[in-house]
Amino acid sequence: MVVSPRDGETWDPMNEIIREFILETQENLAQLDTDLLILEKDPSEKETLARVFRTLHSVKGTAGFLGLDKLQALAHSAESLLSKLRAGELLFNQPIATALLEVVDATRQVIAAVEANGDEGSGDYSALTARLDDLRVANPTPIPVPAAPAASGAPAPLPALPVREHSPPPPAPISLPKPASEPGDSTPEPRSAGVSDTTLRVDVGLLDKLMNLVGELVLARNQIMQFSTSQEEPSFLGTVQRLNLLTTELQASVMKTRMQPIGNVWGKFPRVVRDLSLACGKQVRFEMDGQETELDKTIIEAIKDPMTHMIRNAVDHGIETPEARSAGGKPAEGRLHLRAFHEGGKVIIEIVDDGAGIDPHRVREKAIHAKIVSAEDAARMSERELVNLVFLPGFSTADKITHFSGRGVGMDVVRTNIEKIGGTVDLESQVSCGTTVKMKIPLTLAIIPALTVTASGERYCIPQVNLLELVRLEGEQAFRGIERIHGDPVYRLRGSLLPLFYLDEQLGNESARVADEVNIVVLQADDRQFGLVVDAIHDTEEIVVKPLQKQLKGIGVFAGATIMGDGRVALILDVLGLAHRANVVSGARGRAVNESSVESVEAHAQALASLLLFTTTDGSRMAFPLSLVARLEEFPRSTLEMVGAREVVQYRNEILPQLDVSRELRRLASSRNGQPTRSLKPRPVANGTVQVVVVAGREGRVGLVVGSILDIVEEEIIARNRTNRPGIDFTAVVQQRVTEFLDVERLIQASRSEIAENELATHAT
Amino acid sequence: MPEERQYCTFYLRDMYFGLDVLKVQEIIRYQPMTSVPLAHPVVRGLINLRGQIVTAIDLRLRLDLTPRPDDQVPVNVVVQTDDGAVSLLVDEIGDVLEVSDRQFERPPETLRGTARELIRGVYKLADRLLLILDTDRAVSLPGARELPNALQTRSTDLPGDSP
Repeated sequence: MVVSPRDGETWDPMNEIIREFILETQENLAQLDTDLLILEKDPSEKETLARVFRTLHSVKGTAGFLGLDKLQALAHSAESLLSKLRAGELLFNQPIATALLEVVDATRQVIAAVEANGDEGSGDYSALTARLDDLRVANPTPIPVPAAPAASGAPAPLPALPVREHSPPPPAPISLPKPASEPGDSTPEPRSAGVSDTTLRVDVGLLDKLMNLVGELVLARNQIMQFSTSQEEPSFLGTVQRLNLLTTELQASVMKTRMQPIGNVWGKFPRVVRDLSLACGKQVRFEMDGQETELDKTIIEAIKDPMTHMIRNAVDHGIETPEARSAGGKPAEGRLHLRAFHEGGKVIIEIVDDGAGIDPHRVREKAIHAKIVSAEDAARMSERELVNLVFLPGFSTADKITHFSGRGVGMDVVRTNIEKIGGTVDLESQVSCGTTVKMKIPLTLAIIPALTVTASGERYCIPQVNLLELVRLEGEQAFRGIERIHGDPVYRLRGSLLPLFYLDEQLGNESARVADEVNIVVLQADDRQFGLVVDAIHDTEEIVVKPLQKQLKGIGVFAGATIMGDGRVALILDVLGLAHRANVVSGARGRAVNESSVESVEAHAQALASLLLFTTTDGSRMAFPLSLVARLEEFPRSTLEMVGAREVVQYRNEILPQLDVSRELRRLASSRNGQPTRSLKPRPVANGTVQVVVVAGREGRVGLVVGSILDIVEEEIIARNRTNRPGIDFTAVVQQRVTEFLDVERLIQASRSEIAENELATHAT
Repeated sequence: MPEERQYCTFYLRDMYFGLDVLKVQEIIRYQPMTSVPLAHPVVRGLINLRGQIVTAIDLRLRLDLTPRPDDQVPVNVVVQTDDGAVSLLVDEIGDVLEVSDRQFERPPETLRGTARELIRGVYKLADRLLLILDTDRAVSLPGARELPNALQTRSTDLPGDSP
């Protein structure tokens, strides 16, 4: 596709020629890169050599025609060298490949200068020209070819031929083109009929416009579909149905015009890998699979830089030197594999190397050293999580900074860029086996599924990617379901506390709330979950994302706007921005590791989350995460009943087992010391009340009987000591006092099995 | 050498304003808008202009004039900017006027505040003054959420009140 700002420009045949030249040459240069690399591997590829020769020849011809003298001289020297190669007087070797690749680079520079300023630019290529000439002369003829024509330095007899990817070179030379009569044909290269008959160059601007129009059509279709539900006329309904199908098909086709094979970006990677591995003294075999996988043009543009960065990383840091590899029992040649394929409506791109891998322990040290994570947090992380720390800002594992990578900026930018287009990136690595980077990329950005909600009378769209689930509380539940911790609303979602905020409040226009109905949209931003309370939840539909104008940039909570079925505008919420605004996700460094395992989420939450501080009935100071707490209750002591060996309370239509924390701990300790466990004696019925913390255990709720509730604190845990006391996780200093952290689940499990045993024992006797 | 220029004219309160006619894309009647919470207060909302989403700026508020009474329905003057079309809400639309450069004068030094920033100059017409609005400045809003209320007191002594 061609970006040409044609609009408003006065048409000039010379401009047209130059534009065509630039386009043609750019296309050809990519092919040249590939061809030269093929030749480097297999110098006997005659077809490829001929193609390279023709391309350079036509560059030379056009450069001369346009008065680009330096380029012409350079192309001439290259062509002379190539004619020797073609004649078999010279053998293609690495120095020649390097020199010719430099010619490609120089040509690129000139093209860029012509595009920018209209002249050749200030680059000096005489040294390169001289080197090409040296190579031509100095290189001894490996095989004497008596029949070779002594045409050194002279242009080859072959005229310029078109070079197109996918089209085999025509068998016979075609005569040079006639002088241009039409601007479109004025390029000095003739076109091979097969390609130009079936393909067209189209301005990207036109495709964008088409896409916009289709977006409008989708909206109009939605509107008509909405209207048709109130109609009964069968012929009208039939027409609507057809309109619906046609629109969908048209939308898909237009999207397709914007699709490009990912190979367009990958084309330059073999060269990048070759140059870099040479510079690093490494041997790398580079393989690519799935070049034909198609992605929207804007997305292709967006992943170009992140991919280049990761490929460089893989060669520079991943793959070891041949000596190190041999020493490690691996083939001296490293392998770098690029793969793209479709999976579940997304495109997966994998970059796999068989290099040294990332050492999680070194990552941990570096991360702690760079103060990216605390030593405590790092100690709790799995290897996979540690490896993914490289995506955090300021991280670099490279000991030495090289020209190519290792300055600590990079992987976080990679991740930011990928996430900007709605993708994800994940890293897996095994020491001395290699590293796999996996990216999941959406196919397109323009049309996305979104949920529509209402808050204070306006509709807002929430992108489906951020959506986890919807919760609706009615009647009694709506009244009691939302609890408050220090004024901040929370909701218990399957046993864990979900922070809530009200959309209308965040948007600064609070409205009167209907008390008997609460709608919660459970969202994910970064790796935090939170609930957004809205007035009403409507449908999910496909929306066309339109950017906001500059007057509205900087608000931070809107990702764009769209037009709804009724023709009104609705704003699209930026869930991450909204979460930041509501302080659900902390700003700097708040982004934790991409947690895939549940344990780590819990571990992380424990390190940061609120704690419930309490004393046991015998006065020890203890704490556990507030997230485990379902409710705090106070029961009259008289309501405690005994069922077998269990103390229970009737609570909200269920029977809630009661565990006295200090007694259970004593019992755990004694059973561990091998002492026989005695069944609990029923306590004498006493007056007064008991303080009970209701926790959600794995097998239902349990009441923990405590002495008194002290406080709810949110604190970073300072010191952490392991402890031998069973039922206690560790001890730490909370509010300047040593506090034991109760292992709630263990306590519940232990008491459960104990009671079961005791019950069996009583039955037996 | 005097040149003739064309201006699309409109009214704000009792003032007579002109916009370069080439900048004006179209005039449309008032339509329901989607308000944008947290936006700059002069942004009245977003309208759907044949599939294009257009920000509507209330020129009365932009120029620190008293707000329009609720029963008065404004008119959208859609202007073209670098960033796409933007709608300016005005009280009433006037004619397209052709004026001569000879009648032009730079705004007086006494003009202050937002008006000084947004009014490029004045045409001395026979019976009244035509204030020329700088469209590009009118549509670019000062820093994130700065309330222009501080200048509100001065709004009454804007020149342009016809003699």
